[in-house]
Amino acid sequence: MNWQLAWRNIWRNPRRTGVILVAVVIGVWSMIFLGALNRGTVEGMVRNAIATLTGHLQIHLKGYRDDPAIENSIARPWEVEKILTAALPADARWTARIRVNAVASNARHYSGVTLVGIDPASEAQVSFIGSAITQGRYLNADDDNAILVGAAFAKKFDTRLGRKLVLMSQDSRKDIASRAFRIVGIFDAEMDSTEKQFVFINRSAAQKMLRLKAGVSEFAVFLADENPLTEIAGELRATLPSGLYRVSTWRDLLPIMTALLHIMDGFIYIWTLVTFVAMGFGIVNTTLMAVFERMREFGILKALGMRPWRIVRGVLTESFILLLMGMAGGNLLAVLTTWPLARSGIDLSALAAGVEYAGMTRIIFPVIDSRDVLVANLIVLLLGLVVSLYPAFKAARFKPVDAMAYT
Amino acid sequence: MPIVDCTGVSKTYTQGKIEVHALRDISVAIEPGEFMAIAGPSGSGKTTLLNLIGSLDSADSGRIVVDGNDYERMSASQLADLRLHKIGFVFQAYNLIPVLSAAENVEYVMLLQGVPAKDRRERSRGILDEVGLDGKYDRRPAELSGGQQQRVAVARAIVSNPSIVLADEPTANLDSKTGQGLLEIMKEMNARRSVTFIFSTHDRMVMDYARRLLRLKDGQVTDDRKK
Repeated sequence: MNWQLAWRNIWRNPRRTGVILVAVVIGVWSMIFLGALNRGTVEGMVRNAIATLTGHLQIHLKGYRDDPAIENSIARPWEVEKILTAALPADARWTARIRVNAVASNARHYSGVTLVGIDPASEAQVSFIGSAITQGRYLNADDDNAILVGAAFAKKFDTRLGRKLVLMSQDSRKDIASRAFRIVGIFDAEMDSTEKQFVFINRSAAQKMLRLKAGVSEFAVFLADENPLTEIAGELRATLPSGLYRVSTWRDLLPIMTALLHIMDGFIYIWTLVTFVAMGFGIVNTTLMAVFERMREFGILKALGMRPWRIVRGVLTESFILLLMGMAGGNLLAVLTTWPLARSGIDLSALAAGVEYAGMTRIIFPVIDSRDVLVANLIVLLLGLVVSLYPAFKAARFKPVDAMAYT
Repeated sequence: MPIVDCTGVSKTYTQGKIEVHALRDISVAIEPGEFMAIAGPSGSGKTTLLNLIGSLDSADSGRIVVDGNDYERMSASQLADLRLHKIGFVFQAYNLIPVLSAAENVEYVMLLQGVPAKDRRERSRGILDEVGLDGKYDRRPAELSGGQQQRVAVARAIVSNPSIVLADEPTANLDSKTGQGLLEIMKEMNARRSVTFIFSTHDRMVMDYARRLLRLKDGQVTDDRKK
């Protein structure tokens, strides 16, 4: 009967109950929805960063990251290949690249670029480039003077498929190396800056141009499951010749992004707190009003012999039912609004410049994580009951004769 | 042994800067099974005395013993238990829980006592039949007349098998015919169940029904006679 009484008491004032229910529904919905949006944004950013040549981890010669010059290339890549084959999970993929700063020029423009020499087959399994070609074709294994450029690069350089592009860099003997390539493919990337920065040629062509023999700048690894990343990085560090190579995870390679992810996590906690504080005031206010309206009734119940803890329990039961209903509504609304967006994505192309500056993808796919949902619901339920304690104890503390005299 | 024994009981209220001496050194002993009225003009202290006997308020001085329980030695929880098991209340304003039906209002006291659901249901319906409300078990207070609501209140007060029932102006909001019907029910319960009834009233009809009349004025006993 206690649950029955609590349920009926809630609906004594349907309008007031409706108002607080709406507040709880919106509060829970906003916590879950924004959490999903945040998580989707973060996952998109990380996925994009990993796909844009970073990978889950990279291996360089020690000193390369401080000075990415050609003399810091890995001269004996077969040492690393052997260890990667043995240490990585079967479903991991890796590739070896050459990456040097260069100057690209044609008759109209010149600009600094990053020249990336790739093995087309293995690179396609590790980074975005294999599936990013929108005009022309991808590189073949035997391409000697083919080059891929980004769409924004092509626009900047006022060039197109079939046209020539000259690349100039410093080779391993510190001479100027210069070579002409023909554009065979144009790629689209998530960000214009990526399209403008990177140009891709065959690794063998790069090695020939830069007189590198078999040397490479880096190995990039893509893991099917990111969870054991730290363990895998540790194993590689332990297995590779110490003092010679450096193993870096994507968090090491992208410190700004790592910091940004922490900030975004912090934002969600702050948002949850702010939402709850606003909701909490509403719950306290509503419960207090309901208690004061029924103070005489509580006096009668005490006169009948009801102990104070039962009165506290009664008020908390009403709050509990209210919170449960609000949480159910909020969760349902969150699923109904997030699910379609998770499939279609939220297109932020109109904000392209700002989005790109923040490192975000143009389309965000919200991701509902069960932990986020559980945390949001637990916070609302537990803190909701905590703030209801004040009105509950207020109801229980009055002397019966004083409560019955209440008007 | 008296079922209610008040010795030298005083109670003072402060209203703003004014002290109101509601009771001054009252001593009264009430025997089991009495059907007694406490009468007096407004402000004489009759409701205060009833509240103190019912442990709804505490005396400033003096001693109150109800059914062998000395209030001075009891905690708030113990007093609550005493009210639950030994004392029934009937108030002027019925004071039923508006969201519960007549039967549920009566059952609620038994729920607090821990009576099993089946017994609660049977006993609540039985007592409502006794007070003439058979068939109205599921009506909410708003669907009952003033007299019917007061009968539910009487049923609620009696169903827990109390030693005493304290009724504060129970007929004040009722017409004379309804009030008389209510008094007949309470008189019958007093006779059949030997429950002590103590009324606070300034209704002549209630005073006529009572077998003992205690008169108060300005917080003091002015007369105490049995019929």
